[in-house]
This record gives sequence, C-alpha cells and structure tokens, in this order.
Amino acid sequence: MLHGHQTWLFNNQPTIVATAVVGGPFEALGPLADDFDLLHGDLWLEQDSFEKAQKKLLEDACAKAIQKGGLQKQDVQFFLAGDLLNQIISSSFAARTLATPFLGLYGACSSSMESLSLAALIVNSRAANYVLCGTVSHNGAVEKQFRYPTEYGSQKPPTAQWTVTAAGVALLAAEGEGPKVTSATIGKIVDMGITDPYNMGGAMAPAAVDTITAHFRDLDIDPREYDLIVTGDLGRVGYEIAADLFKKHNLDIPAEIFKDCGMMIYGPDQQAEVLSGGSGCGCSAAVTYGHLLNRMKKGELRKILVVATGALLSPLSYQQKESIPCIAHAVSIESSQ
Amino acid sequence: MSDKQKKKLTALQQEYQSFAKAREPGRPVTKNILRAFIVGGVICIVAQGISDFFLWNFDFTEKTVGNPTAAVMILISVILTSVGIYDHIAQWAGAGTAVPVTGFANSIASAAIEHRSEGLVLGVGGNMFKLAGSVIVFGVFAAFVVALIKTILAMLEGS
Repeated sequence: MLHGHQTWLFNNQPTIVATAVVGGPFEALGPLADDFDLLHGDLWLEQDSFEKAQKKLLEDACAKAIQKGGLQKQDVQFFLAGDLLNQIISSSFAARTLATPFLGLYGACSSSMESLSLAALIVNSRAANYVLCGTVSHNGAVEKQFRYPTEYGSQKPPTAQWTVTAAGVALLAAEGEGPKVTSATIGKIVDMGITDPYNMGGAMAPAAVDTITAHFRDLDIDPREYDLIVTGDLGRVGYEIAADLFKKHNLDIPAEIFKDCGMMIYGPDQQAEVLSGGSGCGCSAAVTYGHLLNRMKKGELRKILVVATGALLSPLSYQQKESIPCIAHAVSIESSQ
Repeated sequence: MSDKQKKKLTALQQEYQSFAKAREPGRPVTKNILRAFIVGGVICIVAQGISDFFLWNFDFTEKTVGNPTAAVMILISVILTSVGIYDHIAQWAGAGTAVPVTGFANSIASAAIEHRSEGLVLGVGGNMFKLAGSVIVFGVFAAFVVALIKTILAMLEGS
C-alpha cells in the first residue's frame, strides 16, 4: 500500500480486463487510428451540440468497454470519470445513462490517471470487483470552454496545443486476464508562475518531472525498469523542457524510453494544425488504453509508466492574471505474461 | 512580462521561466509580418475590385461606394467563417485577416455560430458581440473623445 511519501503499491494486482477508445475524424487521420475501437467521421457525432457530442463519446466508450469485458452494465460497481467542461457535465451525464454509482473527478488532463489510480485503489482494497474509469475531451467543446469560438480566426503561437477528440475507458477487475496496475504516484501541485494559456507544455513540464522523480524516489527503482515512460500531453515544447529538466536534476532517463502521448497521436502531416501537440484528457486516455495496451498485448512492452499531466486553470483565472497550477499523476502498468 | 509581475515570482520560478523560455519556439515575427502584409494586401485588392465594379456598373460615387463594398466583404467573410475555412486562413495570415473588416465580421459570426446551441436569444443574441463588443465599446468611446476635441477646437477658432 503506501510506499514512501506519495506512492501506492497495489499488491492484489488490479487487472485491466477491457478498454475501449473512441475518437473523432481528425484522430482517424493520425498514425494511431488502428488502435481506436470506434472512430466517428462526424465531429458532431450526429448530436446538435459539441457538448452532447462529448457525452456521446464517453457513453460509446463505456458501452464498448463493458461489452468487451463480457459484462452487463449492472455488473459494474463504480464508475469514475472526468472531463474538461464546466461542472464535468459529460462525465455526469454519461453516468446518468450508465446508472452506476459514480464519482466525478476533475484534474484537468491528469484526470485519466487520477481515475485509473483511484479505480485501482478501490479494486485493490476489495471495495469492488469491477470499476469502470475513463475520461473524455472534444475539440469543439473544450476549445469553446477554454479559448475562442472554434471558427474564430486567431493566430495561435507555436507553443499552442490541439485538444484531442477522444474518450478512453478502462474496466478494472479484481481478477482476470490482462495487464496489471502495479503502482501509482499521486502528484502535488507545481506552479512555476507561467500565465500563458497557450503554453501548457511549458507550464506542466515541471509537474511531470516532480511526479516522475517522486515515483522513482518512493519506489527506489531505476527508470530503466520501464520499457516506456510516457507523459500525457506535454507536446513538443513541454517534452523538450521535461527531458532537459531530467538532465538538470540528474535523473537518467534514456530518450528512447521517454515519450509523450500528445506527440504520438497525430502525424507529421497534421503538424500545421496541432502545433506543439495534442492535449486534453482524452489524449492520454486514448493513447494509453488504445495504442500502448495493444503494444503490451503484442508483447512489445512489458512495463510502462503513464504520467498524465494537468493544467488546473480556468478561463476566469487566467483573465484575472493568475498563474497556472499544474499536476501530474503516474500509474505503472505491467503485462501479465 | 512586466517587472511588477516578475517581482512576485520566487527565485526558483524565475530560474525555471528563463530555463523554459530558452527551449520554447517564439512566434516567427518576420514570417508573420510578411504573411500579414501579403494577405492584408490581397484582401484590399479584392475590395478595390468590388468597389470599381460597383462604380462602373451602378450609380455610385467615390463617397457612396464604400458601404456596399464593405457589405460584400462582410458577406464573403461570414460565408468563409460558416463553412469553416476562415480560421484556417487566419492561422496562416494572422493580422492580415484580423485587421480588415473581414476579421471583425469573423469575430461576430464565429461567436454567433458557437453559441447557437444555447438558443437564439440567450445564445446567439447574448454572445454574438462577446469578442467584437470591446472593439465597439472602445471604438465608440475613442470617436467620442476625438469628436469632443474637434468640437472644442472649432469653437476656439470661431470665437
């Protein structure tokens, strides 16, 4: 259980028995398109608002994960979810459809690993046999919430990021076949005084470094024990900063095992649109539950550390010139083979 | 960042910010200025063409042709906004598409489209001028101040 200052060890091996990843049309053009269970060709998902489309993404992913796990929705004991809209409406509304006991979470883009670590904790402590956890983001809905209208012609700087339209959901069970969640490090807020909402990578990089450093300190292991250490959505700018921060702090993480979900989800031909990289809480969830777990199933990866990063600002706080508090949560997942 | 804000930061925060700044790509200012110059100029040439078309074909004078020309430019901008092209041009062109009347039309049309899902009155009506509102407020106020100065000068000259 508690190991060191802020890390949980899951001795009872909570298992990810099923995952589901649903994406939008822009993600379908990316290099990870084959790892999605369902891709929508229409950004509206046949709904009459982007907010409803975001809820639909999460509902679809939940239904798919439950089906892939061979369960009925009443078999799921708890549902943990988060998103980026005000009052996390997409998560609550999807929970209304599921009619499952529900805990809503907000950790901005770190919600994906926040929900996975808490779900693992619940299953590990035998407080439930099946827990569903997931996050969702939708480009139209989130840009509307945090930035300008989607069709507004403003020029974004090269440090800006592109909100991913995707939902990722994992079904955790006390027993079963699949990768095991072995430990989780809960991050603390790191605020380096950055106020520019178009530079999330630069704001979040120190939080990611802080949590990763804490993880290796608490567990007293070498970074090379992992086949892959992947951050949530630092983008190119934040990734470069994080890599240099590791060097500065003498934490030796080889570049070939350090990657970023925000840089993996889109291809080079989508570069002009995504600028620094993908972001949003659907980003790390979709890449982890889709691409990375698929690679784990193929035997290409044995043990990975997913570090989801979140910028805990609101449109109001940055207009009032507040700096951006950031957080990161790390979860390690091991292949059962 | 202003000096006042920088003073509030701790030494660690200041150190990190200069560390991060060295690794962040800046805005490509020269490229942006060139693109803005080209696109802004092209928009003006198009508007000049429309203006000449009205002058030659209809009963307009140099003074009255401005209004129908602006109306056509606004219409073009709103159409490009609603089919989802304007924001892509703007990412490339920057100030080139933002400064002419087309940019103003885009700010109103995009906000109207964005908030359509919240209804016509509270959604479209209430949010249409979300971005353009401050331009109108400060534009009207600046015009008022300039007019006031002009009137006072005229009165002083007259007396």
